[in-house]
Amino acid sequence: MRESKVTVKIPRPLYRKVQLVIENSGFSSPTDFIVFVLRDLLGEAELKGAAAAAAGASASAIEAAEDFNASDLAAVKQKLKNLGYL
Amino acid sequence: MIAPHGGRLVNRVVEGGERDRLLGLAPKLHKVVLNAREMADVDMIAVGAMSPLEGFMEQADYAAVLATRRLKNGLPWTVPIVLSVKPGDDAGQFKEGSDVALETQDGQLLAVLHLAAKWKMDKGDEARKVLRTDDKAHPGVGYLDSIGDTYLGGRISVVNRLKYDKYNNRRLDPVETRVLFKQKGWKTVAAFQTRNPIHRAHEYLTKVALEIVDGLMLHPLMGETKSDDVPADVRMQCYEALLASYYPKERTALVVYPQAMRYGGPSEAVLHAICRQNYGVSHFLVGRDHAGVGSYYGSYDAQKIFDEYSPGEIGINLLKFENSFWCKRTNGMASTKSSPATPEERINLSGTQVRDMLRAGTIPPVEFTRPEIAQILINALKAK
Repeated sequence: MRESKVTVKIPRPLYRKVQLVIENSGFSSPTDFIVFVLRDLLGEAELKGAAAAAAGASASAIEAAEDFNASDLAAVKQKLKNLGYL
Repeated sequence: MIAPHGGRLVNRVVEGGERDRLLGLAPKLHKVVLNAREMADVDMIAVGAMSPLEGFMEQADYAAVLATRRLKNGLPWTVPIVLSVKPGDDAGQFKEGSDVALETQDGQLLAVLHLAAKWKMDKGDEARKVLRTDDKAHPGVGYLDSIGDTYLGGRISVVNRLKYDKYNNRRLDPVETRVLFKQKGWKTVAAFQTRNPIHRAHEYLTKVALEIVDGLMLHPLMGETKSDDVPADVRMQCYEALLASYYPKERTALVVYPQAMRYGGPSEAVLHAICRQNYGVSHFLVGRDHAGVGSYYGSYDAQKIFDEYSPGEIGINLLKFENSFWCKRTNGMASTKSSPATPEERINLSGTQVRDMLRAGTIPPVEFTRPEIAQILINALKAK
């Protein structure tokens, strides 16, 4: 599923540091590195909430777990229709 | 809708720049060629069907599962999801902290394993703790005997989804079944796991479930099974025939469950339930000898194991069923819970009796199986 993107501004010195960090690291751009780190951090944070969620998450938390954007959701619905499920 | 196990639906499919980076890196990496079970596991981990797992288990989780039937963070989990170094491959080439390419048997790159742990496993110990036997005749023990004795663990980044030859019109990821249930307005959904054709007894369980939930997902296991199980093609014909004539279309869905069988009985029943929770299912049917084989497990061991966990630790609700049959006295499907019939008043054929009848081209009594299902099975046996 293709994700839509937004622009986030960070201080230029920080950006330069990221450029240095990713040299020869395999990351193709500072953006890729930043996305990777943020996803990793957010994943850890979500895992810490796992026990509470397993014990009975609120409806809103459950909805948040299903992390779709509008185009993803439309694509899934279309697939379900195409396959005859809807 | 029910939360995934652990609270978050995992997504390990990488896209964009990170995918490009890994595709460029993969040819330089040491590789593991996955067997059928491992390929299915990669595909299920990728889309969160095995949430909260983000890859193959590391040693700490593996040891915790064997010792406590929980992950190291305490979440219930009963079956190791592990990657083995193949017999003949040099385990020394895989260094912790490095990346490893995971390929299909025909050389397609599926994923990169970020190797965090490598350890020697004890096959007998795993067999006894997970399968409750180390008898070589048990198919799960046989599988352990066929693999190497070094496991590799770590998160995976999936760059290409596994391509399936069959039933692509019946394959839905957990995200997709969750959308399906929402669109259908099904607040409660029961899932029925099966690796066999559905006879009247199974049909009865699913119909009882349909009386109390909004929707039913028939979720047949279509991953690797042992060679003498009914072939997947035949089973799929049976499911489609049954659904076409005997179930309300608007309240049922047939969806492939891609996992490979472990034949782990009670341990596997918990795995099956947890994975169905990740698909958004609220109720899971567990009947007699769920995921069992031969006489290795007690008839209701697969139900009793859930009592080891406190209420709410496994979010999905269990619907536990006794063995059911056609009751001559009440003239309907029943179980010992609902019928006073004596054994002589029950129509309940053994697997061997049914196989013998089908081989002879005889359609079993309609009280045991629908004629359409029997005919499909007879045709399949003739075509062998």
